[in-house]
Amino acid sequence: MSATMSGLPSIPVQVETPAGGGACHGNALAILHEVRHALERLISTGEATRIDLHALPFGAGDEAWLTALLGTGEVRATIEALGPTSVQETAIPGVWLVDYHNAEGQRLALHLEITCIPGILRTQCRELDTAVATLDTRLGAATPGGSRPLS
Amino acid sequence: MSDPMDFLLLTKGPLFNLAVTVFALGMAARILEILVNGRRPNYSEARGGQWLPGLRTVLTRSVADPGTFKRAPFNVVVGWLWHLGFIVTLLFFIPHIALIKSLLGLSWPGLPNPVVDLVTAVTLVALVATLVHRRTHRVKRRISTPEDYLVWTLVFLLVLSGYLAYNRIINPYPLALGLHILCAEVFLIVLPFTKLTHIFTVFIARWYNGASFGRRGVES
Amino acid sequence: MRVFEKNPLEKGLAERLREHGVSRRGFLKFCAATASMMALPPAMIPAIAAALERARRPSVIWLSFQECTGCTESLTRSHAPTVEDLILDLISLDYHHTLQAAAGEAAEAAREQAMRDNHGQYLLIVDGSLPGPDANPGYSTIAGVSNYSMLMEAVEGAAAVIAVGTCAAFGGLPAAAPNPTGAVSVMDLVKDKPVVNVSGCPPVPMVITGVLAHFLTFGRLPELDEYHRPLAFFGQSIHDRCYRRPFYDKGLFAETFDDAGARAGWCLYRLGCKGPSTYNACATMRWNAGTSWPIEAGHPCLGCAEPRFWDAGGFYVPLSVPTGPASDYLLAAGAVGAVAGAVVATKARGRAKEEAAVRQPVTVEELEQKL
Ligand code: SF4
Ligand code: SF4
Repeated sequence: MSATMSGLPSIPVQVETPAGGGACHGNALAILHEVRHALERLISTGEATRIDLHALPFGAGDEAWLTALLGTGEVRATIEALGPTSVQETAIPGVWLVDYHNAEGQRLALHLEITCIPGILRTQCRELDTAVATLDTRLGAATPGGSRPLS
Repeated sequence: MSDPMDFLLLTKGPLFNLAVTVFALGMAARILEILVNGRRPNYSEARGGQWLPGLRTVLTRSVADPGTFKRAPFNVVVGWLWHLGFIVTLLFFIPHIALIKSLLGLSWPGLPNPVVDLVTAVTLVALVATLVHRRTHRVKRRISTPEDYLVWTLVFLLVLSGYLAYNRIINPYPLALGLHILCAEVFLIVLPFTKLTHIFTVFIARWYNGASFGRRGVES
Repeated sequence: MRVFEKNPLEKGLAERLREHGVSRRGFLKFCAATASMMALPPAMIPAIAAALERARRPSVIWLSFQECTGCTESLTRSHAPTVEDLILDLISLDYHHTLQAAAGEAAEAAREQAMRDNHGQYLLIVDGSLPGPDANPGYSTIAGVSNYSMLMEAVEGAAAVIAVGTCAAFGGLPAAAPNPTGAVSVMDLVKDKPVVNVSGCPPVPMVITGVLAHFLTFGRLPELDEYHRPLAFFGQSIHDRCYRRPFYDKGLFAETFDDAGARAGWCLYRLGCKGPSTYNACATMRWNAGTSWPIEAGHPCLGCAEPRFWDAGGFYVPLSVPTGPASDYLLAAGAVGAVAGAVVATKARGRAKEEAAVRQPVTVEELEQKL
């Protein structure tokens, strides 16, 4: 069936794009208050907070509105582990956006972290056990005649 | 009935049909009876028209004269308050308008939900006040019949269940909505057989009064 | 319920992932995704990580009865983790006649084998309703076995049963009036094993995997509501989490599908939205990898996660409108009532007239004589 036969062109379609930053349905506002409390907690007790932005009743545009308001800070990092994860400090020090994607590029989770440094950026202490061994192997491969522990 | 959804569907389906049937049968019969019966023939010579004085009385009897107001300010103010509140919530809450439209095909603009919510809360308080007044006022207590209390309870439950459902205080929601609809159904069924009939007859009665004044040439 | 003890030598998930070259960061990310999937707050991530490190793969048997495969389609669109991850790493899906490679007798043999090997410990997932014990079993069979006997046999050795989809949970479409196949839900038949209902037509994919992940992570079933649905996903109504709710509260409603209100994204109540009476996770988990969900796309909620939603009145009729032809009753009864009232009143008038006609004037003298 052609498009003309189905009468599709006769259906008026009007797409409305809100100007700039997306629309705010008011739901993102509540989050900003939560972020504020979390910042106060971080300052007074050092306790970090994570907020799952995907568990919130956002409408189209709410998320864009929120991220635009938070702005972009100095740090941006990408982690390659089970697909890319991007970590971005917002213009507000201590407020980070952590965006988890799988290898197919689909978003797994979107978190706001209120902390001095998101945990996923740190070297994982559990993996330090392999650090020396890995280095030694590489050193051995690079030094003809085998490696000696450096003293 | 253990299942809230089954309960809701029962109230929205068969029970609603039953309630509407009893209500329409009873109410139409009563009104037609009144209209056909008319009034006792008046053989005296008419001293004035009937229509205008009739309508005027419909108005004047609805607004209390200063004397009545002075004697019973509570009755006038609180009575007006909750009657108005009841009518506003009944006729201007969007879901009610959708219901009326499905029944009668008539529709009109509604009020924002928070306004209706506030009006409902005021109505509830006013209704409680009327009950307290009825129980504490010596004369009123004397003249109150069981029917008066029955009617008060029905009205109160109807408004209260609506308030609870809208504010989602009873969970799950199908149960809350079902309870409200059930209250409305009991109200509809009882309406033609109690003094609740005044919802429909009050203006007929006032018009008859005014018309008879007019005919006698008395101020209406 | 401890179903993961079947093979104490089997490695925990963290170790298995590490052997597959997944780093610690990858594992943490996986935990973050799992928390999101289980609708648990991110504060739970460390606890989830600790539990997942020790988690073992439960054996899963999936039975499909009177269904449309929409639920399986939905599951294979679950994105976090990918379904391959889920099947290979998190659970051991031993029988699913749509997804498995084996067919025919080999498939049935695999099912029987898994049931024997994991007796008392496997997770039984069911999609679709089934003809009840009193109905004609011929309406639905697999390999010549009636749905009813296959279910009862599989339930026998199951640790728990998860009914996926509104059909399995509440009867769904097959059970809609007049229910020609005598369809019943799983919960109608299974009384002695825990039953979890993951309703929806189909359920949100992340909710299916979320329930599996919960079982896998914590080794027990999630907390349930009165319909046996996991509270984490079904605890709040669509309406309570709907981003259009501010419009509902302000009284701004779309009246048709293409009016100015619809374009401005106003509330869909008057277009028949059943969000106020429907409990599901669409408003937060969304569909199609979190892209959007029906109400965001401009369509009212149909109430698909609730019992009897097919019989609950028109999809485009507001929730407050009765399901029956009440206005016909109103008219008919009104007419009958009017006639009855008129007849009674006319009779009364006639009697009054008759009496007036035969009335005899009486004088005072006559009266005094009588007394
Ligand atoms: S669109 Fe539906 S769920 Fe959303 S606020 Fe309106 S009635 Fe509630
Ligand atoms: S919005 Fe309503 S009808 Fe649509 S999938 Fe969600 S619960 Fe079902």
